[in-house]
Amino acid sequence: MYRPRWSHVLSYSVLLAGALVFVYPFLWMVAASFKPEAEIPSFGLVPSRPSLESYRIVFDRVPIGRSFLNSLLVALSVTASVLVFGSMVGYGLSRLSFKARGLLFGVLLFTMMVPFQLTLIPTYVLMVKFRWVDTYLALIVPGTVSAFGIFLFRQFFMSIPQDLIDAARIDGCGELSILFRIIWPLSKPAMVTVGILTFMASWNDVLWPMVVIREPKLMTMPQAVALFAVGGRAELLGPKLAAAVLLALPIISAYIFFQRHFVESMARTGLKG
Amino acid sequence: MRRGTVGYLLCLPYIVHFLVFMAYPLGFSLVLVFHKWDIVSPMKWVGLANFIRLASDSLFFRALYNTFIFLAIHIPLQIAVALFFAELLNRKLRLIGLFRAAYFVPVVVSGVVVTILWQQLYADTGVLNKLLAKLGLGRVPWLTSPSWAMPSIAIMATWKNVGLYIVMFLAGLQGIPRELYEAAELDGASKLQQFFHITLPMLNPVVVLVLVLSTIGGFSLFIEPYIMTGGGPLNSTLSAVLYIYKQAFYFYRMGYAATLGFAFALIIFLVVALQRRFVEREVYV
Repeated sequence: MYRPRWSHVLSYSVLLAGALVFVYPFLWMVAASFKPEAEIPSFGLVPSRPSLESYRIVFDRVPIGRSFLNSLLVALSVTASVLVFGSMVGYGLSRLSFKARGLLFGVLLFTMMVPFQLTLIPTYVLMVKFRWVDTYLALIVPGTVSAFGIFLFRQFFMSIPQDLIDAARIDGCGELSILFRIIWPLSKPAMVTVGILTFMASWNDVLWPMVVIREPKLMTMPQAVALFAVGGRAELLGPKLAAAVLLALPIISAYIFFQRHFVESMARTGLKG
Repeated sequence: MRRGTVGYLLCLPYIVHFLVFMAYPLGFSLVLVFHKWDIVSPMKWVGLANFIRLASDSLFFRALYNTFIFLAIHIPLQIAVALFFAELLNRKLRLIGLFRAAYFVPVVVSGVVVTILWQQLYADTGVLNKLLAKLGLGRVPWLTSPSWAMPSIAIMATWKNVGLYIVMFLAGLQGIPRELYEAAELDGASKLQQFFHITLPMLNPVVVLVLVLSTIGGFSLFIEPYIMTGGGPLNSTLSAVLYIYKQAFYFYRMGYAATLGFAFALIIFLVVALQRRFVEREVYV
């Protein structure tokens, strides 16, 4: 069927307008962080006199470098441990038979449905009892195992041919070496999905750090930036926006490199429902 | 070692984590709701006092009302915008990947960034009001009027999340068999009829997913009002989690904060169950 070209032109214009709506504000934010204070409310993307003054103020008043390292440490530890433990449990639940397996899987599905509002305060109390408030342990340990990660690994491992596992067993491989030497190399898509989702959630999380961390030296980046934006320490708009740019930078850089993986991994959260 | 034993050993990290960070908190929340406790002094048994207080706490109902206002704007807007762009992207055009990637940027960025950014856009003399002025329209008191503040946050949240739902709807659209449309066309169904009798019913699972995820999101709002408005003006943006946070960490009422968490969790279950009951349909392929 012949399609008149103007419908394509229309589609593209609308798509382009949409793209502007989603991307322009970020470009504006980056530009505004280099603008002199008085120019910030204007639309333009080019500062009349670009300056690093806003960034100087941020680095002056917030331990932003330290908070970046804190966030990195927390997000990397959480992601590594979710991958290792998640694949171990996922393997156990999909490939080994034992009495309580069905029960454990049921419990797993149940915990995925529990709203965090219910456990937030009791978990904080637990941190107080462990004396973990204002330590890295409080930021990392509760996140070391993810029910959703286990679930994704289990689903993925179910599709791996049993022959491979049987052959390895005949060769005398233990279950752990089967998991790490045979299953892991075959499971890149699952690793990437769980890795990206976990890292992103951990990097962007702000509620839990706000609950368990008061000491500025231990704050993660979103927490430090949020408190900077709220507190009286940023009377000026420029520094607030500069802090936001710094917070967005690592995840946007990662997104630019692994764009397709990000989109596909996030879309997969739909499996949850 | 027997393979069954190995199974238990492999699952041990989950079992330990579940006992410590799920079973214990769940059990302890049942203790907390019957106590008054400021963490420092000993716990005090108060029976049902927390629930009685909840039943007459106007701020609890305000937070609930605010959440429903948020959902009433956020959900329809999200579904309409996501479907619109997914339909456009589903045509055989070039550069689809690029557009999809652009719509997705706000999804990956921290809510803190998005909130700081939109706080500036929403400022009285900010970019959005300037834009409205250029179009010859009046200023909108985005964050300063109690009736506008929550809708403003709902619009911002839609902007942040809709990229994800565009991708989900797009995947849904691509899964609809072409023959359905061809058959409908033969029977003389209009485009509009095709949309309402084929597309929408076939996308039911995605619609349910958007409903459920948005509802959970609405009840989890925290950093947005925390940064933008602190819950104001006049408590018009006080969200469920912000209220729990304030009770726990401004007033050190752990028992009451746990009771609020308990109540909101129950309401989430109820709302999600109702949505599934009334919206979810079997899809025949």
